[in-house]
Amino acid sequence: MEAALIWEYVIKSVVIMLGLTLGFAYVTLFERRVLARIQVRIGPNRAGPQGILQPIADAVKLIFKEELTPVKADKLLFILAPVITVFPALVITAVVPWGRQVTMFGREINLYLADVNIGVLYIAAISSIAVYGIVLAGWSSNNKYALMGGMRSSAQMISYELTMGLSFVGPILLAGSMSLVDIVEKQGTLGFLRWNLMQPLGFILYLIASIAEINRSPFDMPEAEQELTAGYHVEYSGMKFALFFMAEYIKMIAVSMIGSTLFLGGYMAPNLSWIPGFGPQLYASLNTAWAGPIWLFLKTVLMLFILVWVRATFPRFRYDRLMAFGWKVLLPLALLNAFIVAVARVLVGG
Amino acid sequence: MFARELARGLWTTFRSMLEKPVTTQYPEEKRPVHTRFKGRHQLHRYDNGLEKCIGCALCAAACPADAIFVESSENTDEVRFSPGERYASTYEINFLRCIFCGYCEDACPTEAIVLGDNYELTFTDRRQAIYGKELLLVPVPEGGQPTPQTVEPGKFTRSIPVMEDPKD
Repeated sequence: MEAALIWEYVIKSVVIMLGLTLGFAYVTLFERRVLARIQVRIGPNRAGPQGILQPIADAVKLIFKEELTPVKADKLLFILAPVITVFPALVITAVVPWGRQVTMFGREINLYLADVNIGVLYIAAISSIAVYGIVLAGWSSNNKYALMGGMRSSAQMISYELTMGLSFVGPILLAGSMSLVDIVEKQGTLGFLRWNLMQPLGFILYLIASIAEINRSPFDMPEAEQELTAGYHVEYSGMKFALFFMAEYIKMIAVSMIGSTLFLGGYMAPNLSWIPGFGPQLYASLNTAWAGPIWLFLKTVLMLFILVWVRATFPRFRYDRLMAFGWKVLLPLALLNAFIVAVARVLVGG
Repeated sequence: MFARELARGLWTTFRSMLEKPVTTQYPEEKRPVHTRFKGRHQLHRYDNGLEKCIGCALCAAACPADAIFVESSENTDEVRFSPGERYASTYEINFLRCIFCGYCEDACPTEAIVLGDNYELTFTDRRQAIYGKELLLVPVPEGGQPTPQTVEPGKFTRSIPVMEDPKD
């Protein structure tokens, strides 16, 4: 492997890492502003113009906070758990493409870190690792609420992972490949707006399962404030708490990116070539290689907005209903969706 | 199906995003206080600039929190602060004690002390919480003279000024 290629990978990894960490900071601001607007408030707008320095102020506050470790906690796991939680969130987007090939510094550069031929499987695998951090955090805190939160989250994540995995089946079947680049490119030949709009059920199932998978409201069972006082991170403070917080928001970004890649056409512009007259030219100019990251960004922001919107609207599920909903409603629906897509694929041909 | 209810809920929250925020951007814009709002006290003056307070200390007697301290001195025609026989040479309100009940305002025979509109009381020091006369007295009105005034003898002969019935 030549040196330039290694540098290319290193730089792309750094861009992803920094993008996600910076993105995390601004997703918190985005969420607070959107929530505030939904609650007919304004939201944080004091630190910097329109509050754009608010995340930095929050970070500085958390860094300077006292870090407490419970006396009877398992020290090693207690420190390791936040790291294990953040790590999968950071690496999961490695297979998500942000664009086609561009020429930069005389090199053909693919705008994705890795085009793995089992990309979707990689996502499913990494998202399962995330549960370890939460369970270990709950276990090592030596606190009954934290333990309950960790146990709940493991049960919840295992249940909803099935639905999420089955909702991946739709795009995989339609594209005939597990590579995310292939799936996005294949969506160019399918669908009305270049999106996988042919399976709205699959998209909704993915949305619900992914909200449950990242433990966000209305499925924020592991950190139910009223019952568990904060769930698995009740004993954490300072930067260790910030890492859990960071993991949650980076996972939000990750599921939004994955969702827009699998179901909304990823880096492709919406298909506008059906407009008579200027349609094809407009579409060609919107769909250049450099526009790819912008389209992916816009679609990710749309997905993030949906996540915040759902949080602002729905109250938390009761735990037994959460499990019943996952196993008795979502799983059969996901199987049905996979069945319909498979039959349609065979009948229509692909 | 419950899907309709979910959609209605989502529509409700989405619609509320389009409403005007109810937030008041506090330091820049302030909401007006109610007409009977009881904020920081003010010691009022007559139109000619003389202080209304005659140092009777009825406010201090009425104060349930014992927040007011009044020390009075004699007026003379050369050094005159108030139309009466005496004036408050020291008038202090401890705002760490004050409960803003307004009994001092009710007790005052000359309507000198009135609870104003100012609610922005901040201190960095316990000493600063004690407001003296210089902070409580309102500025001299247009056309009035600052106190102490020198007046010709025989103009203010009453030991207490004429008390009018309250107008509001």
